[in-house]
Amino acid sequence: MSFKETVNNPYSKWLDASGPESDVVISSRVRLARNLAGYPFPHLLGHENADKILYAVQSAINRDGIKETIGELELCRMTELSPTERQILVEKHLISPDLLEQPEKRGVVLRNDEVISIMVNEEDHLRIQCLLPGLQLKECWDLANAVDDGLEQTLDFAFTEELGYLTSCPTNVGTGLRASVMLHLPALVMTQQINAVLLSLSKLGLTVRGLYGEGTQATGNLFQVSNQVTLGLTEEEIIDNLIMVAMQLVTQERAARRALYREQQHQIEDRVWRAYGLLKYARAMTSNDAMTLLSDLRLGVDMGIIPDIPAGLIMELIVMTRPAFLNKLKGTELNPYQRDLYRATLIRERLNSLPTR
Amino acid sequence: MLCDRCQKRPAQVHFTQVINNTKKQMHLCPACAAELQAESFGFAPQLNLHDFLAGLINHHFAGANITPNALPRVRCEKCGASEAQVAKSGLFGCSECYTQFGDRVQPLLKRIHGSTTHTGKVPRRTGGKALLAKEMRILKSQLQDAVKQEEFEKAAKIRDRIKELEQQIQ
Repeated sequence: MSFKETVNNPYSKWLDASGPESDVVISSRVRLARNLAGYPFPHLLGHENADKILYAVQSAINRDGIKETIGELELCRMTELSPTERQILVEKHLISPDLLEQPEKRGVVLRNDEVISIMVNEEDHLRIQCLLPGLQLKECWDLANAVDDGLEQTLDFAFTEELGYLTSCPTNVGTGLRASVMLHLPALVMTQQINAVLLSLSKLGLTVRGLYGEGTQATGNLFQVSNQVTLGLTEEEIIDNLIMVAMQLVTQERAARRALYREQQHQIEDRVWRAYGLLKYARAMTSNDAMTLLSDLRLGVDMGIIPDIPAGLIMELIVMTRPAFLNKLKGTELNPYQRDLYRATLIRERLNSLPTR
Repeated sequence: MLCDRCQKRPAQVHFTQVINNTKKQMHLCPACAAELQAESFGFAPQLNLHDFLAGLINHHFAGANITPNALPRVRCEKCGASEAQVAKSGLFGCSECYTQFGDRVQPLLKRIHGSTTHTGKVPRRTGGKALLAKEMRILKSQLQDAVKQEEFEKAAKIRDRIKELEQQIQ
């Protein structure tokens, strides 16, 4: 198993819609930033030191203790992957786009179910990430905490009593913890409540971003909400706060969906069935079109308007129809228009092969 | 005066923006001002985190009233990162920078996090005293709770544990 399968298979555990509150919360993620004491931070790290850190991580994950508690972890240097394969890891949310620069210094550790990933020499020496479907922030934190404990057995992390874990960017110092949830909020967008909601989030010290992290657009009505403060609060406090806020958003989104259905039943039904029709029969589909229509379809499924489509398939289609994945599936570099054609074909095939009622 | 943006309605909102010491002034009508504000919220023009941070650091580092002779330390002795570098990239060079640029790190952290003291996890193997200090904080708050609830037996036990810890820390 492993990296070959990961980059060939659009399915990832976080995509399956099995988690709690999965009609609104797509996935939960916890990330811990850690640095090794005595080395410059990655952006000032020479090749020799970058290598030393990769070796240190390699030997830390190979310890028996880790294998017993965390499971089999595998380190892959970015240079061992083709540019398309690297991009696929980004599209599956296993690594950040920043890890793609200077690949010779960087690496990624994965557990084979893709729940745990560790970026090596990104902005910090280690970025431990746990990603689970639905609202499972506590579970993510427990797991990330266990990985951190395991690695700490052999690695000396930069830490001071006063400031906690030291990170290259002062916005991460302290716990080094960034917890986030990815939310599907189509009804709050349709009822134009979303801006008020986002504004109140920013007042609570939370950040909102689009699907692919910093600076990306919120296409497909997908929003990532994460904590901003990492110093002065315990990890448990940060996690509890975010769970509370996420539950609040779930309640509001559900209320908006009910209100929409009550007041505009025909428009909503038309909208989601229309999306289904387009997805099933269109011959060319841009990435944005696909995201928007798949969001509508998912809403229809979650509201019980369109039966018999697994919600997990919809997220899988979103990942599968990103540019790098299309290239990988087709086995060749496609130009944007060819991609639109191929994207439409793939979606059509998958949706039309579902058993009909 | 007419609105800079629509050139139709009278300007009533006067807006001054200072980016990297370049001043930009706009005179807008209320309608255009509201639109611009709506745009700048949400996702429209994304502010790059590092630029934003660099601005903040700049303020605390190269900031206000430092005369050339008063510039205390310009480079981190450990990694060689200069203040200018840190201010420009928004990133520290190494863990030692936090000590080396100490006096200016504090207000920066206060501004970002509203706090300058870590209360979270402590590494088990290398945490040493910090680990004990964390346990002490937890015990002290438990002690307060116990006294509040008038659970004096429990409070006495906690106090004994605190005494033990105090000895260990010394």
